[in-house]
Amino acid sequence: MEKVIELKGIVKTFGSVLANDHIDFTLQSGEIHSLLGENGAGKSSLMNVLAGVYQPDGGEIYFKGERVDIPSPRHSIDMGIGMIHQHFKLVEAHTVLENMLAGMSKGLLSRKKTYKKQVIELSQKYGLDIDPDSIIEDLSVAQKQRVEILKVLFRGATILILDEPTAVLTPQETEKLFTIIDNLKKNDHAIVFISHKLDEVLAISDRITVLRNGKNVATLENDNLDTSILISNMVGKTLDLAIDRPTKLGENKILEVKDLSVLRPDGAFGLKDVSFDLYDGEVLGVAGLAGSGQKELCEAIAGLQEKLTGTIIFKGDDITGSTPRQIIKKGISMSFVPEDRLGMGLVASMDLVDNVLLKAYLKQPGVFVNRKEARFEAEKLVEKLSIDTPSVDISVSKLSGGNIQKVLLGREIELQPELIITAYPARGLDIGSAYKIYDLLNEQKQNGNGIIFIGEDLDVLLQISDRIMVMCNGEVTGIVDPEKATKEDIGYMMVGRKIEGVIAND
Amino acid sequence: MDSVSFLRAALQAGTPLLFATLGEILTEKAGNLNLGVEGLMLLGAVGGFAAGLATQSALVAIIVAALCGAVGGLLYAVLTVTLQANQVVTGLALTIFGTGVSGYAGRFLMGDIIPSSIRNTFRTIPIPLLSEIPFFGEIVFQQNIFVYCGIALAILMGLYFSKTKQGLNLRTVGENPSAADASGIPVTTYKYIHIIIGSAISALGGAYLSLVSVPAWQENITAGRGWIAVALVIFSMWSPYRAIFGAYLFGGLDIIGFRLQQTGFALSQHLIGMFPYLITILVLVISSIMKRRQYAPTSLGEPYFREDR
Repeated sequence: MEKVIELKGIVKTFGSVLANDHIDFTLQSGEIHSLLGENGAGKSSLMNVLAGVYQPDGGEIYFKGERVDIPSPRHSIDMGIGMIHQHFKLVEAHTVLENMLAGMSKGLLSRKKTYKKQVIELSQKYGLDIDPDSIIEDLSVAQKQRVEILKVLFRGATILILDEPTAVLTPQETEKLFTIIDNLKKNDHAIVFISHKLDEVLAISDRITVLRNGKNVATLENDNLDTSILISNMVGKTLDLAIDRPTKLGENKILEVKDLSVLRPDGAFGLKDVSFDLYDGEVLGVAGLAGSGQKELCEAIAGLQEKLTGTIIFKGDDITGSTPRQIIKKGISMSFVPEDRLGMGLVASMDLVDNVLLKAYLKQPGVFVNRKEARFEAEKLVEKLSIDTPSVDISVSKLSGGNIQKVLLGREIELQPELIITAYPARGLDIGSAYKIYDLLNEQKQNGNGIIFIGEDLDVLLQISDRIMVMCNGEVTGIVDPEKATKEDIGYMMVGRKIEGVIAND
Repeated sequence: MDSVSFLRAALQAGTPLLFATLGEILTEKAGNLNLGVEGLMLLGAVGGFAAGLATQSALVAIIVAALCGAVGGLLYAVLTVTLQANQVVTGLALTIFGTGVSGYAGRFLMGDIIPSSIRNTFRTIPIPLLSEIPFFGEIVFQQNIFVYCGIALAILMGLYFSKTKQGLNLRTVGENPSAADASGIPVTTYKYIHIIIGSAISALGGAYLSLVSVPAWQENITAGRGWIAVALVIFSMWSPYRAIFGAYLFGGLDIIGFRLQQTGFALSQHLIGMFPYLITILVLVISSIMKRRQYAPTSLGEPYFREDR
């Protein structure tokens, strides 16, 4: 087998986020090489570098032993690399054939008839079963995916990168896709299969590379592997972070969620029959792969989800169906730090005072806002949380990530809520800032408030939470006791396996 | 009222609209909404007029007019494609820019008349045989060279979109630039080329006004035709063929009042003057109700940056 691609020390950063941290990766012809890792581990970024979409900030790319640069997708295509992106790159209004032909600029006339025959032949050869005259928007997701595969094959790709191809497929469709992939392998194509589904990866791969936090953790030959080896590589060794965990009060129920289900706009369940309780002075951690229902959970409690069933009871009051404003007034606050960090909660171009005012004005009487009061509060925040800013009159967008998050969380706490829902509050922060955030939350806990902490770092969750609710595909796999559960246990539960013996007592 | 002569005149009045609309269609097919058509037409009008006066050559006048439009288009492309400025604001600025430049330069051209050599080039040239077809031939094939060029250009553009690889690539860019990019189409190059050529074509619409229609210089010679062209793009659902029909229809509306008055029909001149604009509003309302927007290039108005996440 020939080594077709070799990546050495690839580095890619987005702002302050290190997506790829000196990753090495090799790909041989006729192999299926899986890239495994949680969301945000850097799988897609690495492959987008290979596809010419992202330019690496460091490292070298070798193609059949030769050092190359891939400055654009065009160069990548010419090298025979075809990437099937997670979000399909197809023109919905055009036909399959038109999508195939886009980008082939040699000559003037498009000669659709000649190419149509070739497309049909190729489609039959690999069992793709595609009608070149159908319009893309009329096709199912699985069909669109096969159009993407057909397209890169038509352009002469011998190296195929499939980015989470099974995420959108039913089990039957996945089965069919695997047959197609096997077919490609038999034709000596090299295939990169990106996924976070362990069973699939084990079923199909020749080799598996595990990424974690932008680093290549291990590249393994797929013989005698089992899920436990993969999971321990995916989640890593348990680290002692020495985060305080004050004893919980746990006298009164603050929040009671029963059989909560949320429908996504696409008709799928965002949450399914979620039930849990939260007591005062308790931190409930929420673990799960990205997109397992965390966002829906936050939004459901905060009153931002319309299509929900079940009940949410806050201190004896049924708040299901209340408006966000009513919910805030009752003393529930939500701070969600999205991937781009500024997306929710703060207005980037406004200064600290105005951002504080955004929520503080709710408590102010009359028509006019009291800026003086808000300024005083903003200054108090800056001092209390040691926010690094020249003044409170500077726009939030000019602050560093950690300071922005302190403003976001600090503002919520200033409202003295009894229930704080916080998602990824330490996302992308340096250690010092992260600890500041943890301290802040613990302080609230000791004041007797309930905290729902949605996190991605299992080490943090294990140490700060009193109980951890593990979610998978919108369902609760179990609520575990962090004293009993290990990171591996939680890792298993995140992909849907139930584990006995670690479940927390209510 | 003689219907042949009226329709013949309608074609002539519609020709500047046709050029302006075709230019805007080409630009929008690349995914860029250029509201600077009015400005581009004025640049073409004043550039062509000045060059015609100076050189007495129709060809030079046309080339200069197109170049003026191309420079305007380049300016717009640098701002919206490379610097990713807001397309609407940039287009409006281009209109103001074109109005200002033509107004200033026009002060030196006031009172001049296009030399007869140029007027002669744009005289009516009946096409042998075809012009003798009753009614249709008399209307379409007894025209000046500019009108013929407009029809030919529309047909060529239609063929370009549907039959050529470059046309398909262009449509892909306008629909989904990230798909185009992933297919190896140089998105930025495609946008630049088609914005610049589209702007040059729009400018020719302006040149028609100052060189053929009027043919003298007058302040704000386009009188809002650039805006009508923007609406005509929607009316014609981004099809160059339908643009022919749309432009001539509006050309007819443009002159109908004048013709009616000639026949002694008592209709307020001001009301007549409002006609094209009223119809424009009507067209926009109707096409919005009919959801014509689905014919619009999907990425219209949005900037593209490859590494966006």
